[in-house]
Amino acid sequence: MAADRLTDVMERYEAVIGLEIHTEITASRTKMFCGCPVAFGGEPNTRVCPVCLGMPGALPVPNEAAIEWTVLAGLATECDIALWSQFHRKQYFYPDMPKDYQISQYDLPFCSDGRVSVEVDGPGAAERLDRGHALESGLLTGDAEAYTTVIGITRIHLEEDTGKMVHVGGAEGRIAGADYSLVDFNRAGTPLMELVTEPDIRTPEEARRFAQKLRQIWLALGVSDCSMEEGSLRVDANVSIRPRGATGLGTKTEVKNMNSFKSLHDALAYEIVRQAEVLDAGGVIQQETRHWDVGAKRTSALRSKEEAHDYRYFPEPDMVPFQFTEEWIAALAGRLPELPDARKARFVAELGLPAQDAVVLTSDTALATYFEDAVAAAGAERAKAVANWVTGEFAAHLNAAGIGADASPVTPGALAEIVELVDGGTLSARQGREVFSAVIETGMAPSAIVEQRGMRQVSDSAAIEAVVDRVLAANPDEVARYRDGKTGLMGFFVGQVMKEMRGQANPGVVNDVLRARLG
Amino acid sequence: MPISESDVRHVAMLARLALSDEQVTQLTEELGAILGHIDELQHLDLADVQPTAHPLDMTNVMRPDEVRPGLTREDALANAPQTEDGAFVVPPIVGGGDDA
Amino acid sequence: MIDLNTLTAREVRDRVVAGDVSAREVAEAAFGRIEAVDASVHAFLELTPEIAYEAAGRIDAAVAAGEPVGPLAGVPVALKDNMNLVGTHTTAGSKILGPYRSVYDCTAARRLLDAGGMLVGKCNLDEFAFGSSTENSAYGPTHNPWDLSRVPGGSSGGSAAAVSAGMAAIALGSDTGGSIRQPGALTGTVALKPTYGRVSRYGVIAFGSSLDQIGPFGKSVEDCALALEAIAGKDPLDATSAAEPVRSYAAGLGEGVEGLRVGIVSDLLDVEGCAPEVRAAFYAAAETFASLGAEVGEVRLPTARHGLAAYYIIGPAEASSNLARFDGIRYGHRAADATDVLDLYTRSRAEGFGPETIRRVMLGTYALSAGYYDAYYGQAQKARTRIIDDYRAAFEHFDVLITPTAPSVAFKLGEKADDPYAMYLSDVYTIPVNLAGVCAVSVPCALDEASGLPIGLQITGDYFDEATILRAAAAIEAERALDLTPPLVTELLDAQAAEAGMAAQRDAALRAEG
Repeated sequence: MAADRLTDVMERYEAVIGLEIHTEITASRTKMFCGCPVAFGGEPNTRVCPVCLGMPGALPVPNEAAIEWTVLAGLATECDIALWSQFHRKQYFYPDMPKDYQISQYDLPFCSDGRVSVEVDGPGAAERLDRGHALESGLLTGDAEAYTTVIGITRIHLEEDTGKMVHVGGAEGRIAGADYSLVDFNRAGTPLMELVTEPDIRTPEEARRFAQKLRQIWLALGVSDCSMEEGSLRVDANVSIRPRGATGLGTKTEVKNMNSFKSLHDALAYEIVRQAEVLDAGGVIQQETRHWDVGAKRTSALRSKEEAHDYRYFPEPDMVPFQFTEEWIAALAGRLPELPDARKARFVAELGLPAQDAVVLTSDTALATYFEDAVAAAGAERAKAVANWVTGEFAAHLNAAGIGADASPVTPGALAEIVELVDGGTLSARQGREVFSAVIETGMAPSAIVEQRGMRQVSDSAAIEAVVDRVLAANPDEVARYRDGKTGLMGFFVGQVMKEMRGQANPGVVNDVLRARLG
Repeated sequence: MPISESDVRHVAMLARLALSDEQVTQLTEELGAILGHIDELQHLDLADVQPTAHPLDMTNVMRPDEVRPGLTREDALANAPQTEDGAFVVPPIVGGGDDA
Repeated sequence: MIDLNTLTAREVRDRVVAGDVSAREVAEAAFGRIEAVDASVHAFLELTPEIAYEAAGRIDAAVAAGEPVGPLAGVPVALKDNMNLVGTHTTAGSKILGPYRSVYDCTAARRLLDAGGMLVGKCNLDEFAFGSSTENSAYGPTHNPWDLSRVPGGSSGGSAAAVSAGMAAIALGSDTGGSIRQPGALTGTVALKPTYGRVSRYGVIAFGSSLDQIGPFGKSVEDCALALEAIAGKDPLDATSAAEPVRSYAAGLGEGVEGLRVGIVSDLLDVEGCAPEVRAAFYAAAETFASLGAEVGEVRLPTARHGLAAYYIIGPAEASSNLARFDGIRYGHRAADATDVLDLYTRSRAEGFGPETIRRVMLGTYALSAGYYDAYYGQAQKARTRIIDDYRAAFEHFDVLITPTAPSVAFKLGEKADDPYAMYLSDVYTIPVNLAGVCAVSVPCALDEASGLPIGLQITGDYFDEATILRAAAAIEAERALDLTPPLVTELLDAQAAEAGMAAQRDAALRAEG
């Protein structure tokens, strides 16, 4: 099995992984260097102008909002913001490049030297075989089942996206064997942040969690819709391995074409094993770019060019440098929303939620906001109860319907109502779930549904005692067997009582009364 | 500083220029001569000098995030050597081009 | 009836606005002159009668209706063929853009036309502005109206020749290392390179992005001032265009140079290669300034002599990058039957680019390539900082700096063809100005006694101080009062007069008969 193979390899080798994450700033209305609109799809070459088509004589003018977003992204990841920065030209020829150079940043990026904490729990934590040692030395915090690692952000810089190519005639639209290609420049010039991590990641699971965490932060910030399917979030990885205990770095390969978080994990797992097999056989790792083939579940080398790229970077002469002040940066920092880690910490400290719940609730900005709105309606003392409902029934409903928290017909107020009804004893938990479904079906308010269906839970002990007495009287044999030791029959008696009371009895009271009567 | 023929071939590839052997030979000579004249710069002591970032003392020129009308597709494709279904046609990548 | 093509832009404009002559007549006269001389001069790559006559119609209608018209209403103008304008081809003098039709407007060109200029055509240039003689054009050279066996200078040779030969009153060129000023000097026209950032570069095909500026050719200093007023000013489409407010450059031209501090750049003059007649004309001009009340002294720009070397790294480096986009995909020449993308790139570009372009692209690519960046590009940008410092220091003590514009009068076609570096030396006085980014104008200051060919004086000013250099140029212009009609045109005018004289005699004879 793949996981076993990985474990076996990781016992002998340590993986060193760095990620390069490109994020389209879809929050921007216009492209990075021209006023064409930013959008996904559309008829080819209908959102273009002389600038983003690279026509002779056209000039780039930088988008202020995109620069602000990039600085915000840096602030959200604890980066230093450069007080002096520039764009550079990165020169290479490719058909999707309108100018055959990309305006990017080189040695003066807007953001540098940040960090992101990544929590790893569940089965994936086991991939980090040295976690015991790392916890001891303080490299990781937490425990063996759920640890936190801090991944350094080397830099975040701003550049422009390329056009899109479609290859015609080859297998599955791939480059290999194509007869020709078609180029669409609608996407060319879209503002693109490139984030590079330090090679601090040690397992495929950590890589996956990092990407997910970064996506959460970006979504909370609102800088991008972060769609891996549409290509507004793209993750490439650099991975090498070294024998456990070694300090030098092995030769790294670049892995691309991982179009989901799962692919990111699986591709890295594959590549680590592949590299180990090469080294075990006495071979040498080629420094190359490899594509993940999600169908075949393997990476394969691209036909590599004759030599490494010479990008011939030089400062972009068509734009002037940027000189930021601390005041300007501080003003921007004031625009930062509450980020996932801070929100999570607040849920634990102020609402008394267990860390696990806080993690799940803040994994999605819309969900976290929904939760907070529901708590506001239900009262902070019911926070845990609300959390249970949101992470349980509500999350399952969102999943089944394929919608986000802000699209659900169950409003935070409605959910709060249901929680109050159950928590206050008016409804049983099962009744609560029934009302929840009814809200979705009918759109009625919970209290209205309860009224209409006469669903109030009966908790009156006298009423329940009467029914219990009737049930016990009607089933003498079972009473005898229960008193003989068949305590499992309690379920039977509860069922009978519930049946008579049409499910509306408060189960706690029923149990208490039965126990009292049966002795 | 002399430049070699192999340097010239390498640079021609970086610049995506198909040069004949005669052109390579001629350019090796011409560029060598020009570089010989330019070499005087090497003898200037400029160790403590900052390279010019921009001739004017201007910084922070940006534009607001506002949509401007672009080109119609007709105009965008008007000068294209070859198009299909609104896209620019290029011959196969394989065997050619960089990628990044 | 005066030949309208002998008038300055301002004179034409005044007559059109006064209703003395129609814009249509002016356009007809310009095209008449073009027809008479351009077969010999070859200033134009494309004529644009539709655009000109459409503008003439609008101007004449506005004048008739008493509506306001622009400051250059009815003036025949021309554009260097590296400036985009919808409705024209823009070739950059290259085969790689032979069929290319502009789909958007160069801002400066648009402003010139919005001011009332009537576009008569697009002018010849050295391919991609690489050159000092217009011999590098893929469409044949332009001939100097002063002597058709000589070059008009370059790279804006066509624009200069158009104005010199009266085919347009104002023409726009572009200047990266002297490409407006040097042809101005060689063709006896006034030629201005504004401060970097004074005029938008949006729409002019880029050569050296940190060096290029668009500027006017005119028959008079005043015409250049009027043209600058029309085209200068911040452009939101050019992030390097300056927010500096646009003055009236024409007002104050006649104020003279009393007390003006004029600096002769003595160490540049020490650079060998300056022809004796140019040197003599230059010092005569310096004396003229003194006699007009200016304080003339000497100044040194110690690093300027290294400007040539720095320029021939920075210019080609930026150009090599700017020309990467010519790849046969979105526009321009595409090699036939390309087997793959690499074949497409390498053959399209090799087929479409001329030899000087290939030289510069290669040089620039090399200067930026791994291992060479620091020694070449990095070092050149440092030298540039020193040059900027030199000018800043000089302008603390002087208001304007003077040198000859070019080291010689117009040279023969083919004379410098074999030695690219010899050609580059034509720009030794003009190049440092672009590296610093300051403004400079070339004004005719003499006609060489022996050859009759024009000689230009370069007057350099501080950043955004075009008003002062134009005022100084106007002083020389007024004092010299040169007849800057090239012999070609004099012959034409004489022939026209003779024709008119003969026609008058015929009429008189007919009247006598009848």
